[in-house]
Amino acid sequence: MDAPSVPLLEHQGGLMIAVKATLVRDLTLLLRRRGEVLNPLVFFALVITLFPIAISPDPELLATIAPGLLWVAALLAALLSLDSLFRSDYDDGSLEQLLLAPQPLAALSVAKVAVHWLLAGLPLALMAPLLGIMLALPAGSYAVLALSLALGTASLSLIGAIGAALTVGLARGGVLLSLLVLPLYIPVLIFGAGAVQAAILGDGVSAHLAILGALLAASLMLAPWAIAASLRISING
Amino acid sequence: MSLCLQARQLSCERDDRSLFKGLDLDIRSGEIVRIEGPNGSGKTSLLKILSGQLRDYEGELFWNGAAMQSVREHFLANLLYLGHAPGIKSGLSPLENLAWYQALSGESSGGQGSGAQEGEQQRLDALEQVGLAGFEDVPAGQLSAGQQRRVALARLTLTPRALWVLDEPFTAIDRHGVAALERQLIRHAQAGGCVLVTTHHELAASSLLRRIALG
Repeated sequence: MDAPSVPLLEHQGGLMIAVKATLVRDLTLLLRRRGEVLNPLVFFALVITLFPIAISPDPELLATIAPGLLWVAALLAALLSLDSLFRSDYDDGSLEQLLLAPQPLAALSVAKVAVHWLLAGLPLALMAPLLGIMLALPAGSYAVLALSLALGTASLSLIGAIGAALTVGLARGGVLLSLLVLPLYIPVLIFGAGAVQAAILGDGVSAHLAILGALLAASLMLAPWAIAASLRISING
Repeated sequence: MSLCLQARQLSCERDDRSLFKGLDLDIRSGEIVRIEGPNGSGKTSLLKILSGQLRDYEGELFWNGAAMQSVREHFLANLLYLGHAPGIKSGLSPLENLAWYQALSGESSGGQGSGAQEGEQQRLDALEQVGLAGFEDVPAGQLSAGQQRRVALARLTLTPRALWVLDEPFTAIDRHGVAALERQLIRHAQAGGCVLVTTHHELAASSLLRRIALG
């Protein structure tokens, strides 16, 4: 037989190209479905609106519970959008292709999580100060609120993606996803709400923010591998 | 260098049902291997095992003589797998879909960099070959099932890989497309590539074709 004209390829690398293309692809897809991007934000705003109605419009009372309310509502809003993180890729077969790419799956899944944070976590963090006004959040804590949410939601996206990856193969994984992921969110919630509380009281916030940063660093190190392993398990099922 | 995918004593059980047992396979350059069997006989499972997706099997896989686990990257760099679902994003145009697949294999032509122009031309050519000229920028969600399948098939020309693993590639394709795809499979095998395919469609007899019956 003739020498084969279809040569065997050596692994070419090009990880950055693949990661960048995945970022661009997911951003494009989400920006074309604006509704999905807006849903968590609307949810966040609606939930926050409910509290003054249900509890009391008294500014002093609202100001004391505002940090916790804002953080819990933002956390739930971020959770709401997690279920769709891998769902459509699973349904149309692109997830199989992602797993078969000659690239480390952990890196590619971080790209997907980064897009989720950019279009869910970051907008929530930017919107929170506005809702803070509604809850009579004392001035001076707005920047800390936004910063703590920006840092915190990044960890939430990474941790939540593990749950999303584990439940992607299940028809109704949404509830299970919340049960899996919410307990893991507690440390982030404690230090996130704590940072805002400290800012209101005039204490130093750097310790809280540093711990949030540390949580993010730890999630960035560990979560990608867990996400990749979970995706493999889901595809196997 | 020729390629060779081997399976030794492969067994797979799904839901307490044994799909196959003690399967020995040798798939080499220049072959079209068609896996046959009734529905539910484990054709897709076998393809998923052979393409390294499904891990719950017994037995061993070898890629060019080396155990699969140790050469997985090299194997994946030479594999093109098309599953039941075409893996085409309905929100993206065929061109954008293909660009992602190009970039995923690490080719700079898929990105925005220096090779972008050349890459774009390659994608246009590949789409023209599968008869989708004029549909390059239509969102894939507006294409018919057959056209979406053709976008996926454009990857056969676009990203040259030696080993093709195709699960029911003829689904939803019209008669012309089927004939063209069959010719493409034969050309690939003649060029020293290798095709592993499941289909209920009768493939034209060829000296390159080998059948494996399951169930």
